[in-house]
Amino acid sequence: MTKEWKGIMTFTEQRFGRIEEVSLELLGGARKLAEKSGGDVSTLLIGRDVKNLARELIAYGADKVFIVEHPLLTYYQSDIYARIFADIVQKQKPNIVLVGATSIGMDLAPRVAAKLRTGLSAHVVKLEIGDDGLLRQIVPGFGGNVMAVVTCPEKRPQMATVRPGVLKKLKKDELRKGEIIELEVKVGEEELKARTLEMRIEPPPELPIEKAEIVVAGGWGICDKECFNMLKELAKLLGGAVGGTRPVLDEDLIKEDQMIGQSGKTIAPKVYIGFGISGEMHHVVGILDADTIIAVNIDPKAPIFDFVDYGVVGDAKEILPRLIKKLKEKLEKKRG
Amino acid sequence: MSKGFQIVVCIKQVPDPRYLSKITIDPVTKTIRRENVPAVINPLDKNALEEALRIRERFGGKVVAISMGPPQAERVCRDALAMGADEAILLCDKALAGSDTLATAYALSLAIKKLGNFDMVFCGNETVDGSTAQVPPQLAEFLEVPHVTRVRKIISVNGSEMIIERTIEYGYMKVKVKLPAVIAVTKDINEPRLPTVSAILKCYKKEIVKWTASDIGASPQYVGLEGSPTKVTDVFSPEVKRRREIFEGPVDEEIEWLIEKLHESGVI
Repeated sequence: MTKEWKGIMTFTEQRFGRIEEVSLELLGGARKLAEKSGGDVSTLLIGRDVKNLARELIAYGADKVFIVEHPLLTYYQSDIYARIFADIVQKQKPNIVLVGATSIGMDLAPRVAAKLRTGLSAHVVKLEIGDDGLLRQIVPGFGGNVMAVVTCPEKRPQMATVRPGVLKKLKKDELRKGEIIELEVKVGEEELKARTLEMRIEPPPELPIEKAEIVVAGGWGICDKECFNMLKELAKLLGGAVGGTRPVLDEDLIKEDQMIGQSGKTIAPKVYIGFGISGEMHHVVGILDADTIIAVNIDPKAPIFDFVDYGVVGDAKEILPRLIKKLKEKLEKKRG
Repeated sequence: MSKGFQIVVCIKQVPDPRYLSKITIDPVTKTIRRENVPAVINPLDKNALEEALRIRERFGGKVVAISMGPPQAERVCRDALAMGADEAILLCDKALAGSDTLATAYALSLAIKKLGNFDMVFCGNETVDGSTAQVPPQLAEFLEVPHVTRVRKIISVNGSEMIIERTIEYGYMKVKVKLPAVIAVTKDINEPRLPTVSAILKCYKKEIVKWTASDIGASPQYVGLEGSPTKVTDVFSPEVKRRREIFEGPVDEEIEWLIEKLHESGVI
């Protein structure tokens, strides 16, 4: 029964005609999985006037791009997107379906999985094909204190949402060949029961943390305005971005887009430096892929020290200003 | 409209998020050890209930809280009554244990249908244990109604629709949703009220209705472990391979050491 389901289909998310980075990562990850699981890699692209994006998707690894265009589909519309997505999955029968774990993907994928009565795992941190050919989906649970391997042995497709930054996009290959298939889909206003009227993007002034090579993060131990201003100064000095933990977000010292961890961002910077962060798994799961982890915390028993390459036991509030001062001197000397 | 809105709120008992780090895995039996971790109502479910109560206070109607869980989950049903829910229902049956999000959504949908007509179903956007955020859209699919997730603000409500703001990365969407609908809320939507002492005392006088799988007409093959398409095949603690060089000394030396490590890591 499951044998007729082949290949991998991803969902390509576009906003204002621009492909979301995670969608390119999904294609890269899908290509790698397909080496073992077989079949081709296809992707579904929905929107208005988005045909021009298909070439880019092929260059990043898609063998087939299914396109649905309609003026009513300018914005993400949950009812119709889910219906179109479920219909094409039923027709194309992909073995695996991957969706980015974004605010749109996490709204769409569960509805599609429910329409298909199949399994879906949420924000996986790793995907691999087991020896039995099943997709092994590694998901964090209980705030990241527990990792679970989830499979979907009987139902198809095997579906997962994947956090941005988990899979790697391929190098763009403009010469890659692929097929572009435009689908005729009837879309009516009456179907828009939850209708997106507008979408507003407020671009963050700073560098988004998932794109920064250096991330300085603050936690409960430095949970005040003054410390976070220093953190910003340090980030600027090092050419990095500022992130934080859930309690810091609750205190409005950072924005939601700067929160690192299970219910926030997964980041993989070259260097992560945490100040006053105790190391709750909820936060730590978001930084496991950093090349180097550095932390400053006053409590030598803080769990964060189990996760660091370099740890300093000390008061982050005291160390921060003096570190900034020292670094400034050094950088000025360098510039001569 | 004259009778106000029929509102359902889905609530779940979860481990207290402040003690999540105390949860470990028995490496031999592979069971999750959560002894000594107190159980509480999922924090966002309080925001869901609060929003439902505010709508009832403005427009009239009825708020029913539903939870699916073990007998101990009666506790969170009491919490919901103390906060102001008119009724609380506990879906409790061994046959429902081990349900994944699809099976959970199916069971909840049957319970909500058994209640009769409804205008709104409020949920917390996600729970602190699995944090999948999948149940609200899946519940909406089984109920054949629209859903809106990550709701941070309800701008307006009338008899047949609501205008809502949902957060997205670096911004928001404004959504007009026809009722009935499933609404999943974030913590920004409101500040949940604290129950008064008299409400806490009174909540013990109310009966918590208990329904089994057969009470809601759930087919055994669609609920519990059997009815869950996803299977957990292994659990483990995240492993860490790091250098773990720890330095402790006078602050000046610590800063020198830090700068050296930043240099070695290629930051400066």
